[in-house]
Amino acid sequence: MSKDKTLGEALRRQGVSRRGFLKFCAATASLMALPPGMAPVIAAALEKARRPSVIWLSFQECTGCTESLTRSHSPTVEGLIFDAISLDYHHTLQAAAGTAAEAAREAAMEENYGKYILVVDGSIPTANPGYSTIAGISNQDMLMDVAKGAAAIISVGTCAAFGGIPHANPNPTGAVSVSDLVKDKPIINVPGCPPIPVVITGVLAHFLTFGSIPELDQLGRPKVFYGKSIHDRCYRRPFYDKGLFAKTFDDEGAKKGWCLYELGCKGPTTYNACATTKWNEGTSFPIEAGHPCLGCSEPDFWDGGGFYKALSMPTEDITRTAVYAVGAGAAAGVALGAMNRAKKKRVEKAHQKATIDDLEKDG
Amino acid sequence: MSETELLLWIRGPALQIATVIFVLGAVVRIAEILLLGRKKNLAEARGSAVAGGLRTIFSRSVPDRGTLQRSTFNVVAGYVFHIGFFITLFFFAPHILLFSDVFGVSWPSMPTPIVDATAIVTIIALLAVLAHRLRHPVMRFLSRFQDYLVWLLTILPLVTGYLAFHRIGLSPPMLMALHILSVELLMVIFPFTKLMHAFTIFMARYYNGAIAGYKGVHS
Repeated sequence: MSKDKTLGEALRRQGVSRRGFLKFCAATASLMALPPGMAPVIAAALEKARRPSVIWLSFQECTGCTESLTRSHSPTVEGLIFDAISLDYHHTLQAAAGTAAEAAREAAMEENYGKYILVVDGSIPTANPGYSTIAGISNQDMLMDVAKGAAAIISVGTCAAFGGIPHANPNPTGAVSVSDLVKDKPIINVPGCPPIPVVITGVLAHFLTFGSIPELDQLGRPKVFYGKSIHDRCYRRPFYDKGLFAKTFDDEGAKKGWCLYELGCKGPTTYNACATTKWNEGTSFPIEAGHPCLGCSEPDFWDGGGFYKALSMPTEDITRTAVYAVGAGAAAGVALGAMNRAKKKRVEKAHQKATIDDLEKDG
Repeated sequence: MSETELLLWIRGPALQIATVIFVLGAVVRIAEILLLGRKKNLAEARGSAVAGGLRTIFSRSVPDRGTLQRSTFNVVAGYVFHIGFFITLFFFAPHILLFSDVFGVSWPSMPTPIVDATAIVTIIALLAVLAHRLRHPVMRFLSRFQDYLVWLLTILPLVTGYLAFHRIGLSPPMLMALHILSVELLMVIFPFTKLMHAFTIFMARYYNGAIAGYKGVHS
């Protein structure tokens, strides 16, 4: 595949029909909440777009984000779009290894300086550079070096976006997110553990079409995908409103598909597109499979006080505290009561009765 | 401190602190009142003190006609906000979960739209009560700093709870944190303010009723 081919050519070469391509553009437009008239614009832009150079850096990660993208069932149009970008460096997917791999990265950087897209998955350790290195280069050094020439950075997955699991308490590696280190480049956070494949391709399509990054929320996430909470779009929401909850994973409520709030669902505080885009080619999403949302696209979801603990429940043992407090309160109350009585007695004892003689004397 | 860390602190250690102050303070105050004791009544009983006391606990909930006519607003708005507060506190599904986690007992919740509407009505009633307090010359004269503080800390959980439920203005974890924090503030000042009436009102009614019952008269 030569580098200067356009996306349109690349797709046609892989057997994607014009019709299939336009359908993808229309779906992308509606997914990104753009007016239907934008579909041809996207098509035209993607058609002409030079396959952008993408450098993919993997730091402290589990490769789940890459798995999510590459294993997205049989070649979907999104998958082909992903193939059609010029993925110049991805140490899991590329054939080259060792020095050759690093040389490919350096060549891509030099050739496309200021224009390439940097995709990062995984967090960056700061406690000790030796905790995670690639070709002897620490993650932090490599990130700062590659970020310098990037047009934009896409932080894929919760680890790159917010620190994720490595960042979880007590964070032994001092893991931080990309946005903690890189301050002078546009960063798009695409969190999720892993993120939805179509969200990544959507962000890429937006970048190729408009040459700019999509509108982001306060956590740097594209609003089109992360604008609504799971709870807002959940098909089990009517049960929440009616107060019908599954109490265990196999009770009557669970079988009837009632709300999973009591089983610890983090849907109300989690912003992601799972409930609408769904997973495995639109088959279902965790809540549809009967499991509460873990809140994986939110910062510190790992430390959220327990996956199976409802949001409104205390994270510590309040009952024991309350019992102790009642005991201590009763003891203190009795002691104070006894003191009050003693004082009353003392005052009674000290009370001197005035007689008529006393009054006359004074007068 | 990130939003999640703040929320965790508020759901954990802060709730522990608030619980200790609330429970310990309330128990101490109730114990002190009870241990004051009552002087032995040497007069011959002409009725049952216990029956009179228990009856009065309930009968005083019905406003007498004179009070209702003289201060209709106080009675109606007062009832609306107390019942509304009770419903939002005890019949909102996530709240019941909290109680079942702490006390081990749960009860059916009310449909969320009803609780939602109740919260709005309660907030309006509380605002009306404040407006009345400010406009009524006598009430205004009698009001102290504590009255306004107690009003504020009563309406805050309702307002923050409403915002948290509808997720207006801030991020959900932040709204949740503020809501729980507002409740914790209420718990902390509870034993040291007029809010203690939630416990003492029934004790006071019982005493009143018992005195009357002993004398064989209606209270």
